[in-house]
Amino acid sequence: MHELGIVFYIIRDVKQAAKENGVEHVSAVVMNIGEVSTIVPEYLTDCWRWAADKEDMLRGCELKIETVPAVTHCDNCSSDYPTVKHGKTCPHCGSTRTWLLSGREVEIKQIEVKT
Amino acid sequence: MRLNKNTIFVTLMDEVKVIEIKKSIFENNDRDADLLRAELKSRGVYLLNLMSAPGSGKTTTLIQTINRLKDKIRIAVMEADIDSDVDAVKIKSATGIPSIQLHTGGMCHLDAEMTRQGLDNTPLDDVDLVILENVGNLVCPAEFDTGAVRNAMILSVPEGHDKPLKYPLMFSVCDVVVINKMDVMPYFDFDLDKCKEYIKMRNPKATVIPVCAKTGEGIDAFADWLLGQVREWKK
Ligand SMILES: Nc1nc2c(ncn2[C@@H]2O[C@H](COP(=O)(O)OP(=O)(O)O)[C@@H](O)[C@H]2O)c(=O)[nH]1
Ligand SMILES: [Mg+2]
Ligand SMILES: [Zn+2]
Repeated sequence: MHELGIVFYIIRDVKQAAKENGVEHVSAVVMNIGEVSTIVPEYLTDCWRWAADKEDMLRGCELKIETVPAVTHCDNCSSDYPTVKHGKTCPHCGSTRTWLLSGREVEIKQIEVKT
Repeated sequence: MRLNKNTIFVTLMDEVKVIEIKKSIFENNDRDADLLRAELKSRGVYLLNLMSAPGSGKTTTLIQTINRLKDKIRIAVMEADIDSDVDAVKIKSATGIPSIQLHTGGMCHLDAEMTRQGLDNTPLDDVDLVILENVGNLVCPAEFDTGAVRNAMILSVPEGHDKPLKYPLMFSVCDVVVINKMDVMPYFDFDLDKCKEYIKMRNPKATVIPVCAKTGEGIDAFADWLLGQVREWKK
C-alpha cells in the first residue's frame, strides 16, 4: 500500500532529525500534505499508528496532517486558480498551458517534543 | 541534501518544543537517484525504468525488444513485479538473458536505494543496458526517481485513450510512451490521435510509439530509440 511506504520514509527522516537535535522521544509530527499528492490522510494516519508504535522513539507519537491547497498557474494569462475545481484548463482564458504551482507536497513540517 | 542544522529553528511553546523541519520526504531519494545516475554514467551503463499498469505488456514488450538488441549490446533485466519470479523465468527462457528479481517487500514502487541494491547484484562491467521492469502501478512509481536515465511507460489499448488525463504525473515523467495491443483496436473505441494529444499535454517532448508486442509489429521503432539512447549515453 502506498501510504505504508510513505510512512517508512517519514519515520526514517523523523528519526534522523530527532537524533541531530538530541531528542529522545517525539510526541507529534506535523505533515504538509498536498491536495493532489495522491495520499489519503486517513490511510496515512492508520499506517502511521501501526508502524510508529514499533519504534521506541515514536511510541504514542501523533501524526498531524495539514492540507496544502492545490493551485495551478496559467502561462497564457498569468493567473492562479484552484486545481481541484478546474483541472488542467484555465477557467479565466481556456488555455491548457498550465502547470501545478503547489499541491503535491509530502513534507515534514515540524516535530514536537514534550519538555 | 543532509538535514542542515541551520535550517532548523527551535521555538518554545508552553511545554512543547517545536522543531521546524520543512523537508520533503522525496528529498533523500532524489539525491540518491542523482548519485546513482552519475555512477552509471561513469561506468557506461544505461538504466531504463519501464512502468505500466499491471498487464499492459511490459514483459511481452521486453522479450521482443531484447531479442532485437541482444546481438548489438549487452543487456540485463531487473524484475520488480509483485507476481515474483514468473516474469524472470519467462524472460530467461524467451531471450536467454538472465534477470534479477528485486524484492520490494510489498512496496508499491521502487526507490533509488532498492534499485541500487538490485544493481549491486548485476555484473555491471559486462553490461551496456539494464532494463528495470517496475511494479505494475501508475501512481507510486511516478513519484520516486529510481536513478534511471530515462523513464518509459506502456499504455495498452483496452485501458483507454484518456489515461493521460487520469494519471498526469506518470505521463509527465516519461520520455517514451509505448501504446501496446494495437491488434485489439477494432474492439475498443480507442482514439490514437486523441491519446497522443493528451500525452503531449503532459509532456510535449514525449515520443509515442504504437506497437503490438504479441506479433512484434512496431517494436523495431522502440528498439531503435533505445539503441540510440544507449550509444549516446556511452559516448
Ligand atoms: N492482444 C494482445 N495481447 C497482448 C499484447 N501484449 C501483451 N499481451 C498479453 O497481455 C497479458 C499481459 O502481458 P504482460 O507482458 O505479462 O504484462 P505486464 O504485466 O505488463 O508484464 C498477457 O496475456 C500477454 O499475452 C498485444 O500486443 N496484444
Ligand atoms: Mg510483467
Ligand atoms: Zn489563463
